Amino acid sequence: MSTAAPAGDWRRLDPRTVLVSALVVAGVVAGAAVPVTLGLTRWSSLPAAVLQMSAGAALVIGAAAGVDRVRWHRTRYRVGEERVDLHTGLLVVKRRSLARERIRTVDLTAHPLLRVLGLVTVRIGTGEQGGDSTLELDPVTRAEGERLRRLLLERASTVPPGVHREGELAVLDPRWIRYAPVSFVAPMLGGAAAGAVLQISDWVGAQGEVIAWVADRFRDTPLLWTIVTLVLAALIAGVVGAFGLWTEMWWNYRLEREPGGTLRVRRGLFTSRSISVEEARLRGVDLVEPLGVRLLGAARLDAITTGLAKDHEARDADHNTLLPVAPRERADSVAADVLRETATPTAAALVRHPPAARGRRLRRSLVASVGPVLVLAVLGTLFTPVLLWIALGCAVVSVPLAVALALDAYRGLGHALSGRYLVTRSGTVRRSTAALERAGVIGWTVRQSVFQRRAGLLTVTATTAAGGGAYTVYDADAAEGLTFAAEAVPGLLEPFLERTAHPGR
Amino acid sequence: MSTGEGTIRLRPPRNTLDRRAVGWWRTQWLLAAAVPVVPLAVLGALIEAARPWLLLPAAVLAAAGTAAAVLLPVWWFRTHRWEITEDAVYVRTGFFRQEWRIAPMSRIQTVDTVRGPLEQLFGLSTVTVTTASAKGAVRIEGLDHEVAADLARQLTRITRDTPGDAT
Repeated sequence: MSTAAPAGDWRRLDPRTVLVSALVVAGVVAGAAVPVTLGLTRWSSLPAAVLQMSAGAALVIGAAAGVDRVRWHRTRYRVGEERVDLHTGLLVVKRRSLARERIRTVDLTAHPLLRVLGLVTVRIGTGEQGGDSTLELDPVTRAEGERLRRLLLERASTVPPGVHREGELAVLDPRWIRYAPVSFVAPMLGGAAAGAVLQISDWVGAQGEVIAWVADRFRDTPLLWTIVTLVLAALIAGVVGAFGLWTEMWWNYRLEREPGGTLRVRRGLFTSRSISVEEARLRGVDLVEPLGVRLLGAARLDAITTGLAKDHEARDADHNTLLPVAPRERADSVAADVLRETATPTAAALVRHPPAARGRRLRRSLVASVGPVLVLAVLGTLFTPVLLWIALGCAVVSVPLAVALALDAYRGLGHALSGRYLVTRSGTVRRSTAALERAGVIGWTVRQSVFQRRAGLLTVTATTAAGGGAYTVYDADAAEGLTFAAEAVPGLLEPFLERTAHPGR
Repeated sequence: MSTGEGTIRLRPPRNTLDRRAVGWWRTQWLLAAAVPVVPLAVLGALIEAARPWLLLPAAVLAAAGTAAAVLLPVWWFRTHRWEITEDAVYVRTGFFRQEWRIAPMSRIQTVDTVRGPLEQLFGLSTVTVTTASAKGAVRIEGLDHEVAADLARQLTRITRDTPGDAT
């Protein structure tokens, strides 16, 4: 094993890291080898070029392995009674130490190569912003990773045991894959595929030929059909890509509650990930329904927690996702299980917002859609009538769409208090129903523009240390919104409110 | 408006800013307006061919900037107010878009006092109170140096005496 303990309880990373680095670099070198060899043949014969190339490759791989061997040699970590220490660094030894009580997350990831060797990368985080809050052990054996995860996250349980479901809360239902293509990923992947074809052909210097080949296929087809076919092809590529991406991300998905009050998400086909969320850090859940997914009656569930790892790994937005897109009822029941409630606050009956809020949305989206049309029309009357036709086309498409989106946005607005949670819902392209623990509210921001003042509306934002930092109730009735905020957190807003006996001002 | 026992609204915080804040805001507006106006005017004076095209926007911008510098600070001075109680910091800002911010003492993490170069000139300070939320910071701009220092001291004392874990 990797536990050649030098002093005390100091441990080392797994020595096979050298092998991993060598293989990764070898892969990169292999990818670069062909073009480089071809380039070398300009100056020398083919066998000589291959020889030079192999020598260069061996040198690069050897250097990478050597560097990693030194890194392995100089890296050691220790889990003490109070602190976790990590000493690392190639030239300058970096000594870093985290207080164990501040550790909030222990995440395990393993890309395919690590998985084959039975290794994992462990990321230990305190959940605070800033680069030095995460210790990375890359790699250790899977058993050691599990041991660390359990050791560092196991605490005296703060929540009453046995009241709610322990163990498995949700597993992947392969039928959920049907929601993959309706996400925004599909068209993006399609565009990316088309872009990649052009880019690669450009590298090879054959971009013109590819375009000519495509143009050749469509020589006898009318322009419109050509465009439709190409867009369809890109879309199909996007859908296939979305299926692939979904499978890679969510295969083997499991959401579990572990003894000691930790929620754990495991997922991944090739690269396996394990993300742990301490329940004491959980401040609520966010039920997210992007437009396409919502039309199919499905939703995704995100955790609202203080201090999920915010390093580079967290940039893929799925770091705080508890449940991938699944049927709405399933998402609601998982939300209830996660929050240890009998009925989920995300399904609570919400207070509708006054009709003035609908007017605001309609006006705003009409201005946004009519503005460009007007510009086109003015330019059209000045210069060329073609623009007038384009303006007409835009108007016919965009105005009804804008109205539909505005009405839908209004229908989505709502807020409520539900037990320990305050619930706010908004958005149309990405509708979010956030249930935020009332005890997690650490301040209020109330906003009112001149227009809102006239319409008797205001916008109330609860600030919190968790998740996005702020959850907002848009365009609520002025008096009702303030009462809501005052009731949500007793005593905080109350001293600053004044009630007038007579309606109006 | 709602019926029944009447309406409910946020009352204005007790304290106004320092009177000198009006001058400070005015200077900021004039400086901001000068950034595009001065180059336009200089170019307009130098390049005869494009003179009307350069001087007209300069004049419009100058007029708008001056109007804003004259009117807005007066309105702002009326609406910008602040107050601290034993339990919370309460601030109101904005004129066209009013904003009330409340941060409870138990959740305050840091209290910063900052004096920008222009603020120094007017003898003013800005006190920023941050909580654990990335979006919950409360700023009180345009306070007298002395008042700001006192306020920061007072806030530090209250937050030290108020139990809370800041999250």
